[in-house]
Amino acid sequence: MDFFIQLFTDPLGFYSSHQLLVGQIGVNSLLAISIFVTLYSGQLTLANVGFMAIGGYTSVIMSLHLPTPLVVDILAGTLLAGAVGFVVGLPVLRLRGVFLAIATIGFGEALRFGVLLNLDITGRGQGLTNTSADPTGGILPVWISVVVLAYVFWRLTGTKLGQAWAAIREDELAAASQGINVPANKMVAFVIGALLAGYAGALDAHLNFFIDPTEYAFNRAVAVLIFAVVGGVTSVFGPIVGAIFLTALPEIIRQAKDYRDVVNGIVLILIIIFRPQGILGRGGLAIIRPRWWPEAWTLGGRRAAPQP
Amino acid sequence: MTQQLLNAIFIGSIYALFAVGYTLVFGVLDVLNLAHSAVFMLGAVVAYSLVALHGTPFLPAAAVAITACGLLGLVIEFVALRPLRRRGAPPIAALISTIGLALIFVAIVEQAKPGSRFEWLWRDGANSVKFPAGSVPNATYHVAGLTLESTKLAILLISILLMLLLGYVIRYTQVGRGIRAVAENPRAARLLGINVDRLIALTLVISSALGGLAGILFGVALGDISPYIGRDQVELRGLAVIVLGGMGSIPGAVIGGYLLGLIEVLALLIFGTNVRAGVAFLALFLVLVLRPQGLFGARLRERL
Repeated sequence: MDFFIQLFTDPLGFYSSHQLLVGQIGVNSLLAISIFVTLYSGQLTLANVGFMAIGGYTSVIMSLHLPTPLVVDILAGTLLAGAVGFVVGLPVLRLRGVFLAIATIGFGEALRFGVLLNLDITGRGQGLTNTSADPTGGILPVWISVVVLAYVFWRLTGTKLGQAWAAIREDELAAASQGINVPANKMVAFVIGALLAGYAGALDAHLNFFIDPTEYAFNRAVAVLIFAVVGGVTSVFGPIVGAIFLTALPEIIRQAKDYRDVVNGIVLILIIIFRPQGILGRGGLAIIRPRWWPEAWTLGGRRAAPQP
Repeated sequence: MTQQLLNAIFIGSIYALFAVGYTLVFGVLDVLNLAHSAVFMLGAVVAYSLVALHGTPFLPAAAVAITACGLLGLVIEFVALRPLRRRGAPPIAALISTIGLALIFVAIVEQAKPGSRFEWLWRDGANSVKFPAGSVPNATYHVAGLTLESTKLAILLISILLMLLLGYVIRYTQVGRGIRAVAENPRAARLLGINVDRLIALTLVISSALGGLAGILFGVALGDISPYIGRDQVELRGLAVIVLGGMGSIPGAVIGGYLLGLIEVLALLIFGTNVRAGVAFLALFLVLVLRPQGLFGARLRERL
């Protein structure tokens, strides 16, 4: 309760005592936008954390070794994540549903164990100390990005591109028969997701004085997916609300301090059972159900034929 | 080298045992039960607490732990799966609710310290412990220059016997036919008079008991028991295993388990420690891209 009382009666004091949290919520909102883009086009990918790692490491390595301004470092991290996204997307986007999810997990973990832990320039398992980090000054750019990008993707869902994504999500075959270039549109969504995740990673790396490979583990990828599921994916605001809610939740329920994860788990189960469309969603969870996935799995329900 | 291959087989048996439970639930429900790794961890933790904190001999402790894990399977079914099935939620919803349960299980163990509510279960917080020396009978044999420990041999035997038994039950018994029928088509199964809900509950019990056993064996063989062994050691490897073998295929999961053990040991020999896990995921990635039905899983349903 103290959390809300302070938030409303003393916003400035709240801000200064919760700066870390405010920054974290901003970064998580960016990640939520990133996973929204892929989910909205019907792709269940969990590679965002891998792209985040690329963005974070690239920008930190550049600010440590090159005299380039910070903006260039962050931009380079973002673009490299997008480029890697394109290369990874070429083979991976042929997969659907849970197979796509697992392949993207494989990518993230192979990157973490195979690359980040083994190169001298990434500091191996020790991580990197980022001397140019600015935990306070970084918060404003993060939140401006959140607002701008939320607006952009809110408007984007109404454009031709957004409608193509929605069509692909609902039925790939039907979308293709309407003249929508399915692989290209999927790729655009995947690369945009990668760019956003890389951007979030680069900003995140400059909010912290330290980055290490454990931050980019599978759990974080799942956490980002949960933002989207809890918030709902009918619009970009759902995942953002999910990110804000779930990032702040451990602070709100401090009373149960040691058993935070227990409460998190309970909240997750309750939301998924009693509000499966997410906090903001209207269309129900079906919206992130890949086309091949069986229809609602009920005893009386019908079940799609198994996929090859 | 031969010693390393033996290690590959031991660790592979544990992966296989874990993955068989994972793939059984996927085959029947199309749900990735992400609480499976937490059950794996609890199997090791319960056995450890009975042996180290309550002085129970190892074998009864293991039996109790396996039973407890079987009951946790019921918890998963009644808390995370059945309510969603009743509401007709898509399988991804069950993915999330099982993550919720896994969070709860891990947090309970992680926070259990002396003086806390769960001190009867666990007293070491986030630390890693081993079974006390001498509590697990272990003889060492030297055969042809190789070191064989009786626990590891037992692990191999137990895993293979259990997987054969499971294969037999699924293929030739009434219960197994029922489970296959539910996997094939729950509606038709119900029309044929099969109690679908009960069979799904039973599937969860079998799967979780196997997962718990895998956890105990892991704790014995690797001497590493902590709240995070499920999440860090087997959750993703289990995924890799069932993908290698073909999702939903039990023989595939067994072969996949040994294959992953082998791949990891080879990677360890060739590239060193850190690359080990990376190679496993690279293999996973490549198999998915080149052969998404798995190395052996041409016919998923029939293979269950």
